[in-house]
Amino acid sequence: MSLKSLTKDWEPMSYGFLDASAKCEIRRKTLKAIAVPGCQIPYASREVPMARGWGTGGLQISCTLINPRTTVKVIDQGADDSVNAASIRRFLSRVSGAPTTTDTLKADLIQSRHRIPEEKLREDQVLVLQVPNPEPLRPVQPNMSIARQMHADADYGRMWLQLYEQIVRSGRVMQGASYPSLVHGRFVMTPSPIPRWDVPKMHMAKHLTILSAGREKRLHAVPPYTRVEPLVFDDVPYQVEEHGQLTCTRSGAKGYFMNEIPQNDGTSTYEVSDSELGIKTIQKADGDTVELGDTWYQDGEMTQ
Amino acid sequence: MMDPPQIVKTRPLLLARGVSKSFGAVKALRDVSATVYPGEVLGIVGESGSGKSTFLRCLNLEETPDEGSYTLDLPDVQGNLFDLDRYARRMLCATRIGIVYQNPHLGLLMKHSSSGNVAERLLVAGERRFHVLREKARGALDASEFPLERMDAPPIELSGGMQQRVQLAKAIALEPALLLLDEPTTGLDVSVQALVLDTLKKLQQERKITMVIVSHDLGVIRTLSDRVMVMKSGQVVEEGLADQVFQDPQHAYTQQLVHAKL
Ligand SMILES: Nc1ncnc2c1ncn2[C@@H]1O[C@H](COP(=O)(O)OP(=O)(O)OP(=O)(O)O)[C@@H](O)[C@H]1O
Ligand SMILES: [Mg+2]
Repeated sequence: MSLKSLTKDWEPMSYGFLDASAKCEIRRKTLKAIAVPGCQIPYASREVPMARGWGTGGLQISCTLINPRTTVKVIDQGADDSVNAASIRRFLSRVSGAPTTTDTLKADLIQSRHRIPEEKLREDQVLVLQVPNPEPLRPVQPNMSIARQMHADADYGRMWLQLYEQIVRSGRVMQGASYPSLVHGRFVMTPSPIPRWDVPKMHMAKHLTILSAGREKRLHAVPPYTRVEPLVFDDVPYQVEEHGQLTCTRSGAKGYFMNEIPQNDGTSTYEVSDSELGIKTIQKADGDTVELGDTWYQDGEMTQ
Repeated sequence: MMDPPQIVKTRPLLLARGVSKSFGAVKALRDVSATVYPGEVLGIVGESGSGKSTFLRCLNLEETPDEGSYTLDLPDVQGNLFDLDRYARRMLCATRIGIVYQNPHLGLLMKHSSSGNVAERLLVAGERRFHVLREKARGALDASEFPLERMDAPPIELSGGMQQRVQLAKAIALEPALLLLDEPTTGLDVSVQALVLDTLKKLQQERKITMVIVSHDLGVIRTLSDRVMVMKSGQVVEEGLADQVFQDPQHAYTQQLVHAKL
């Protein structure tokens, strides 16, 4: 009996580029992350045909979850058509045969860099966020082992002190993206570099969010219906970017997170950051039949 | 008819028994015991290397001795504190024990604001209202006679005396049950030293904080302490009421110390 007779030749059964054991490991770690919301779980982080720092963490999660019946959407800073989003989308589709979409409502799996779509996600959808720096304690504790200990002890005094210092020095909390947030009342996580605008969308959301850092080899998760509370003082309210009153110059959409486009005369115009929402708004204005989902924000205010 | 004399049964707040600690071949502490009653100030004197700081670090639960027991008579605090796990130690020290180190770098974040250094204690204890943090930090700094117009300056920009006041404010911000001071005035020039001592004395009189103060300067110990413990080579060689020890030292080493000073 030879080894060859006991094993199979290569068989195209492993969807999504990664071999079965790599996906198995990621699934186990993901389950662990879901069981302990907000806790960073180390994982092997395999090589994928993309440079570290370009979303390899998110890509490995997507490769693990995808199958030929998964409809996948990929965005980068809210846009489906940026180079990075387009190449990740094409890669995912090629290695799995999964259909792709730009419509948030039609997607089963959404991989994103730095944004959460404006249309509300559902229980049957999974959001995968690419994370460059998963450790919220890094600015206050560069030593990873001590930082782990601090998480274990829920020793977050220094995080609060940072906010205190920002208010004392600048009169307000300066932290923009990656706003540290307490998950399920236990672990402080970084929600990846999404703007403050997007953080409230995670709170008690219906969908599962998986946050994965390929270079740092750690992932964490926010399960459906989980509390996500940005760290704020009781008497200094959390403030999102002041985009509520801005109007998109291309689509006319109003009350959503905007990209600022500086003009030659020193002023700025704005375009809605969620590009698909902009397209839907234009189509609707043209009289096309489009399904615009419920949005988290309405007229610039977060709805409950 | 006169009232019968009240028999006040006070129990000691701090009870340390048989504390020994070695660093390799160096026996830093040998069978050191100490008793401190509520509101009392215990002064520890002794030459350099006699184990004073090591003992204080043990009392602050930063160091675990090889042998010995340590209890504090406080609500919710039971048993030998040296047996507590890391988390329980941290919570106890963060809320009930204040410490001022000789070296302000050990006790302060030099680049954060001074008020922030004080506020950190309150944050660890769970305070989440910004205006309360400000008020309490201001109050503690004021009690330490720190110039309030500089409350948001980082310690790195302050004089040594002011840094010690920030440490003191941090230590008293939560009204600790026990205040530990390790050479709080060493390294300051004489006039500043006197002012910091005045502050400590005032605080002690107003708040009746229980203190353990370590110094190799007899003058400092004499000004503040009710009782004195003299250490040499990791051992307690003499202990007693401050006046007694200074006026009538029993042990040859103490006699030497006292006479050298006079
Ligand atoms: N972490 C350590 N590792 C090794 N030896 C130590 C350590 N800490 C203290 N020692 C040793 O223990 C002895 C007592 O030191 P300690 O710092 O307690 O003395 P001290 O009375 O505070 O002296 P000083 O007046 O100079 O501050 C010294 O011999 C010292 O070298
Ligand atoms: Mg010392």
